[in-house]
Amino acid sequence: MDPMESLAAALQRGDDAAVREHTREAIGLGRAPAAILNQGLLAGMGVVGEQFRTHQIFLPEVLLAARAMYAGLDVLQPLLERDNVPMLGKVVIGTIRGDLHDIGKNLVGIMLRGAGFEVIDLGKDVPPERFVDAAVEAGASVIGMSALLTTTMVGMKEVVATLEARRCRGQIKTIVGGAPVSAEFAREIGADDYAFDAASAVTRVKALLGVA
Amino acid sequence: MREVVRFPAAEARPPEEEVLRLQGITDGASLPARVRPALDSAFGLFEELAAPVGLVEDLAPGEFPAIYEGEGANAPNTPLPEIVERAAGLALYAATVGDAVGRRIGELFTEQEVVVGYLLDAVASAAADRLSDLLAEHFSDRLVAGGVDPDRAKVLPYSPGYCGWEVSGQRRLFARLRPEEIGIHLNPSCLMTPLKSVSGVLVGGTADTHRFRPDFPFCAACVTRECGRRMAAVRR
Repeated sequence: MDPMESLAAALQRGDDAAVREHTREAIGLGRAPAAILNQGLLAGMGVVGEQFRTHQIFLPEVLLAARAMYAGLDVLQPLLERDNVPMLGKVVIGTIRGDLHDIGKNLVGIMLRGAGFEVIDLGKDVPPERFVDAAVEAGASVIGMSALLTTTMVGMKEVVATLEARRCRGQIKTIVGGAPVSAEFAREIGADDYAFDAASAVTRVKALLGVA
Repeated sequence: MREVVRFPAAEARPPEEEVLRLQGITDGASLPARVRPALDSAFGLFEELAAPVGLVEDLAPGEFPAIYEGEGANAPNTPLPEIVERAAGLALYAATVGDAVGRRIGELFTEQEVVVGYLLDAVASAAADRLSDLLAEHFSDRLVAGGVDPDRAKVLPYSPGYCGWEVSGQRRLFARLRPEEIGIHLNPSCLMTPLKSVSGVLVGGTADTHRFRPDFPFCAACVTRECGRRMAAVRR
């Protein structure tokens, strides 16, 4: 089997030891780091993401694959940095001010990384201006916000307003999610999009950025 | 009567099928074999780290409306006031699995042990709900010991954030119950810490006391749809 196929298959099984080994093997065979990333790790995660989206596998299986991908990335990352291999885009994520729930946000980060995005995770209880500062500083294209409470989701509107005030709303898109959040709420506050769950967050962020 | 109730971690441990249900693994579907070691680790960590404790305090029926009113942000029409009117007994409650579990979940994600971290979060969430049920059983036993007929001592917990009771109602609930005594605090956003905590009112009555038709306007946006299961549970 081609080493890229072996790598993608090991990743789909969530076998982190095999992913590490196949990544090293591919590097040893002289494969380009970008090819190992795209045709091995991201290809495998793409299959896993699709299997989850179509309800063939459960979320813990996606996370096993994500952990395996991290194992491969640990090996590959220095070479990706050396070659300046571009990621799909930069996304700043965080849980809005006053809210300490971060599991959903963590899952979104894992899924986005698995799809090839660079993720800047600001953590939880993040003030609105911090989202904007971080996005501007990093040159991010998207801000993703999560809230689990009706009392905290209102903070998302402040992020959109801050982007507007700094005249960067067009360049930096916003996407919101979390249990009390809806597409209607996203429209009301002027967010660019809404994601129902972590899997759909990947699809929606890709759509926002016009990438396949 | 005000009572602090401590539970062994093993008693608060939720049934595995409940944790699997939260993953969408239902109706006889089985856990994928490759996930089994992570789930076992999550249960093991829970039993090692959890320090489950609850607080129950009796509430006179006349006290409830002012607490329920909260900050006036409830849905215009909600089922709980009528349920409470039919009640044989009321108590406020709060419970937590403690903060060590939450800290470990955060560490696991940082260490990229995302599968165990995620499953420990699911176990702890289910355990917090189980604490509500354990306190409901405890309150039911107390009602019966106080002379209430067992058929009128079927207890269900109701919480701010559900069934039209706005989450800002936590402020008055906390002001009356003062669960800081067992380590539960409320932040300005009405979020409880430790995160894996629960609070609300325990309502004792007959199975019919808890019955309502889930066709309120807020039911359309409900993501849990737990009311049917709960009403069925008190009929058994």
